[in-house]
Amino acid sequence: MSNKILAYTEFKDGKFKNSAFEVVAEANKIAQETNSELVVLAIGTGIENEANSLADYGAKKLLIIDLDELNSKSSQSNFKYSASAFSKVISETAKSENANVIVMSATSLGKDIAGRIAVKNDSSVFNDCTDIKTEGGIITAVRPVYAGKSLISIKANSDKIVITLRPNVFKPHKTEAGSLQTEKTDVSTLNLTEADFSSVVKEIVISSEKLDVAEADRIVSGGRGLRGPEHFNLIENLAASIGAATGASRAVVDAGWRPHSEQVGQTGKTVSPSLYIACGISGAIQHLAGMSSSKCIVAINKDKDAPIFQIANYGIVGDVFEIIPAMTDEFKKVLSN
Amino acid sequence: MKIIVCVSLVPDSTTKVKVADSKKIDDSGVSYILNPYDEFAIEEALKLKEKTGGDITAVSFGTDKSKDAIKKSFQMGVDKGVLIKTDLTDYDSFTAAKNLADYIQTQNADLILFGKQSIDFDGLLLPSMVSELLNIPCISVVVKLDIADGKVIAEREVEGGKEIIESKLPIVIGAQKGLNEPRYPNLKSIMAAKSRPIEEIAATYSGNKVEIMEMSLPPAKASGKIFLNGKDDVTELVKLLREEAKVI
Repeated sequence: MSNKILAYTEFKDGKFKNSAFEVVAEANKIAQETNSELVVLAIGTGIENEANSLADYGAKKLLIIDLDELNSKSSQSNFKYSASAFSKVISETAKSENANVIVMSATSLGKDIAGRIAVKNDSSVFNDCTDIKTEGGIITAVRPVYAGKSLISIKANSDKIVITLRPNVFKPHKTEAGSLQTEKTDVSTLNLTEADFSSVVKEIVISSEKLDVAEADRIVSGGRGLRGPEHFNLIENLAASIGAATGASRAVVDAGWRPHSEQVGQTGKTVSPSLYIACGISGAIQHLAGMSSSKCIVAINKDKDAPIFQIANYGIVGDVFEIIPAMTDEFKKVLSN
Repeated sequence: MKIIVCVSLVPDSTTKVKVADSKKIDDSGVSYILNPYDEFAIEEALKLKEKTGGDITAVSFGTDKSKDAIKKSFQMGVDKGVLIKTDLTDYDSFTAAKNLADYIQTQNADLILFGKQSIDFDGLLLPSMVSELLNIPCISVVVKLDIADGKVIAEREVEGGKEIIESKLPIVIGAQKGLNEPRYPNLKSIMAAKSRPIEEIAATYSGNKVEIMEMSLPPAKASGKIFLNGKDDVTELVKLLREEAKVI
């Protein structure tokens, strides 16, 4: 069965997000393994200037939709993003390109629009996948369920699939860069009506300049073992020494010591960084569910029987107040060489 | 305001998952609870009703067991409960969404609330799929909701911050933790919930678009290197992270 793949890539503040390269590389891999054509789509402003960065990951054709032109189709002006409008744009593009497979990143945006596009195009959805297989030319996926306590292998009951890839899992490898052909899509061909702009993002509030746990490749998390919010500067310093984001267990978020945006776990964020350092966190099953697929887990805790040590690759039993500053100094020393 | 809250029953988050028949979780010994994110949805409905009046219906799609989710919703204070009953035990997000949308279509609701995801299948698809089937807007992962004169302003959590989104009723909203503080049911509503009637209606759709081929446990982790000498082991550990794990 032949497929045509449409890869949607996120473009923000003048450049492609990291997730865009993950998506292009994986979509290209799927295309090669199933003998399919790949077309890439992006919506934004100034995409032409950055287009070639996608060529290194296997993109040969890029369709560009200008955000200002999209804005002009609505009576509401100057919006940054609209789930309903973006879903319509991607769904219409897939239809006009005859693409039966759509690949996106499972970012906030991707997860927001995957279901809508799937309903519009009568597609199956593989949401938040950690692995894609193409045996016999059939695309199947693996995704975590029960907060990562188990995995399911899934297949589609239709020949149309919307796939979202969990961020930071599919590391993008560069391929031989061929030439990239870009094409600007005329938004008038997308059948947009006012109803497609039924909800629009007027404003984006950045909570801080800090790196978000959901996007970080390294995370240092703190739990109740830190004994109080005033000690979290230890976590922040350790994180800063290796360019990591700061995370937190549910207990310290519920206690008001850290913001909910930092919570890792079953009712927080699920993360899969290359390095996760858990300090003063005992390792309740709900926390483990949020971080157990991290590639390398380091645990620091005074209790040698803490469950976190059972899933850690490395750990130190001892006083966090001594170990964390010592580790911060050692990281700085090693990295400055 | 006519409010519908879609609720589901899920295994307690402390459940240690075991797989049965390589396709689903082993039910034995599992205790089931109302999906935690649904509590934020119900609480938001109750707050809105307190402010502007109206009525709240809790709806669930599932087998007879799902009635427990509706009973918990009664305990919190919803007015009506509806079970869209199915015998299917392995339905996908689309099947659930279609059945819910078919029911909601008949109800003239102003606001449809969901928890942003259910902690069993973590699909994250129901709110957006239902809204698409009903042809109305949807905002999910909502941490703040303001509704006045049919106009909706919501704050949605995204990477690194929040989006402020404007829309209008009727709308589907997916509740995120932090939207409100769910109230504890009082003894009176807990007792009353036991005997309140739940309307049962037949499922209208079956036909999964996604099939589970297999369920498995994640690969077991090999035991790690755990040092026992506190800060004296830091140098060695950092060396291993650099040279062995190659993560620094």
